[in-house]
Amino acid sequence: MSREQQVLDRIERARRRRPVVRDERITMAHGAGGKATRTLVEAVFVEAFGNPLLAPLGDGATLPAGAGDLAFTTDAFVVSPLFFPGGDIGDLAVNGTVNDLAMCGARPRYLSAGFILEEGFPVADLRRVTASMAAAASAAGVTIVTGDTKVVERGKADGCYVTTTGVGTVEHAFSAARPGDAVIVSGPIGEHGAAIMLARGDFGIEGDIASDTAPLHGLALALLEAVPGQVRALRDATRGGVATVLNELAGTAGLSITVEEDTLPVRPPVTGVCELLGLDPLYVACEGRFVAVVAGEHAERAVETLRGHALGAQAAVIGRVEEGNPGMVLLRTGFGGTRVVDVLVGDPLPRIC
Amino acid sequence: MKFVDEYRDAGRVRALADEIAALCDPGRRYTFMEVCGGHTHTIYKHGLEDLLPENVTLVHGPGCPVCVIPMGRVDDAIHIARQPDVIMTSFGDMTRVPGGSGSFLDAKAAGADIRMVYSPLDALKIARANPDRRVVFMAIGFETTAPSTAMTVLRAAEEGIANFSVFCNHVLIIPGIRAILDSPDLRLDGFIGPGHVSAVIGCRPYAFIARDYGKPLVVAGFEPLDILQSIHMLLTQLAQGRTEVENQYARVVPWAGNPVAMEAIGRVMRLRPYFEWRGLGSIADSALGVADAYAAFDAERLFDLPGLRVADPKSCQCGEVLKGVLKPWECKVFGTACTPETPIGTCMVSSEGACAAYYTFGRFNREAIRA
Repeated sequence: MSREQQVLDRIERARRRRPVVRDERITMAHGAGGKATRTLVEAVFVEAFGNPLLAPLGDGATLPAGAGDLAFTTDAFVVSPLFFPGGDIGDLAVNGTVNDLAMCGARPRYLSAGFILEEGFPVADLRRVTASMAAAASAAGVTIVTGDTKVVERGKADGCYVTTTGVGTVEHAFSAARPGDAVIVSGPIGEHGAAIMLARGDFGIEGDIASDTAPLHGLALALLEAVPGQVRALRDATRGGVATVLNELAGTAGLSITVEEDTLPVRPPVTGVCELLGLDPLYVACEGRFVAVVAGEHAERAVETLRGHALGAQAAVIGRVEEGNPGMVLLRTGFGGTRVVDVLVGDPLPRIC
Repeated sequence: MKFVDEYRDAGRVRALADEIAALCDPGRRYTFMEVCGGHTHTIYKHGLEDLLPENVTLVHGPGCPVCVIPMGRVDDAIHIARQPDVIMTSFGDMTRVPGGSGSFLDAKAAGADIRMVYSPLDALKIARANPDRRVVFMAIGFETTAPSTAMTVLRAAEEGIANFSVFCNHVLIIPGIRAILDSPDLRLDGFIGPGHVSAVIGCRPYAFIARDYGKPLVVAGFEPLDILQSIHMLLTQLAQGRTEVENQYARVVPWAGNPVAMEAIGRVMRLRPYFEWRGLGSIADSALGVADAYAAFDAERLFDLPGLRVADPKSCQCGEVLKGVLKPWECKVFGTACTPETPIGTCMVSSEGACAAYYTFGRFNREAIRA
């Protein structure tokens, strides 16, 4: 073999070796579509998510289709800070889309993951994010089968944004809400939002609060199987909190929902943070809780089922669907007073005094 | 939660509501004004009006700090915020208050650097971190927030932070209450006095209300039991033919107030000869500006301001609502042209504003509930 051929062979062998990202930070080259992009995809994303559907790295994944309906959803994640007590943007991005599918009565199957990275973002942080996405996907029984990465110049994004799209197979259908139905939450509310507010460190307050981010499909399917045909609606109470979900449910049903304040599960540290900041836990985001509307006579069995599951240990009936005041959510206070629980106009703004 | 749950005990609340009902003369009507927006918020949030006898009415007064800011001042603040080297800092609920042409949030979307802070000291921190920018704090509120503004200016002076200033819009509660008392269409039987303001100014400044106007005033705390107890105290005074200033909130409010806080206000601020209140018009000796000794920290002197007076929209009846002449739902534009999404009057902006509180918490058919 000629000397030249030996050198060329050595190059070929080196090219076939598993790529390694040597950069400490994301550069514009990682988004340019060339070798650096390929290295990033193989050494970070395939490394974390590796599975036979993703492995060909084609323009898209080919999925086996079965009979029955599909549920399909997408969600973008722009949380700041990226890492917070109880989770990070990675498990949030997987659980968020898994939960949206679960709320459709579906078993989550496949996810895509799109990344927008800011130039200068530490590769170590990206690995942390992809590792927690992989762990969350495995816990939720979903496969990340396709994805995309873009890099934007420094200052044009906030570190890392993630978009996930999900496909699930529908296993349960819902019926319309009617007066007398029970409204159930699957656990204590407001924990994700409160954890994020504290993690931002703007307030100089510390508290024992962690995000509740968790995949809810197991809990949702357990409920749907325990009281078949009796669940009217499922919603995960993310942005806007339980109050916003209740308003959507009341609006869709053309009925009112009355919530009993005393029955709302809120952990004391969350109540404390909300009191200090002048916020209402009903409007603070959850990432691992859903609201279920269940036929009144099956409410007890529903709550029992939820409480038998680790993620639903503190599930509770918080109110009822009623006639009159269509589209409104009312709250009966601990003292027997009544008030409206409306949708927020914008961000919840802390009051000045 | 300690120190909160005690004041929300349902059994005690119901017992007190029964005592209130027993104190009322069924043959007469009682109208009390809660001066402070914090009280308005508690009353609606806990549905306290449902616990009161039908002949007791609560009127929501002018003590919502963002509700009384006139539009011209908002425009001036936005003018400052638009200067390229300026970082404007503001409390959260101020950011949605509309001026003549938009709010802080609108100006922020159009490129102004406006940041939300939780204390003027946070604004000072931003000034320290950005020595090449001018950092302005939008100072609003009654005597409750004025001391922290004053203390922050003193700190800035001490540390020689030259790029920090305040746009001072602090107002005083007593002239506001006097303006309401002097209003010809007043029909009030007594006042629930502000709690946090009184923690600073004490209870003595209210003496003229009892003495000259013959109205009782009870300084109250912010929990449901506090408010019901203060209504109980007002009704007791009326039943016994007394009109006095009483202090229900003694656990926080010393009778003489907080001299240290008053001293800080006195050093850093001066009384303005007059100031415009949204809905109430110009009121003499009713607001604070920055004193000459601290002129270097006064945004009003550092920036060239348009200072235009913007008339309240004709359709807006905030003034009548603030004086207790109209209930929020009696205003011509309430809930139609004026909503929390598109507030015309400032009573609709903050959740402490009478209209926003009613729109957000009280807007439902009570008959349907009772039926």
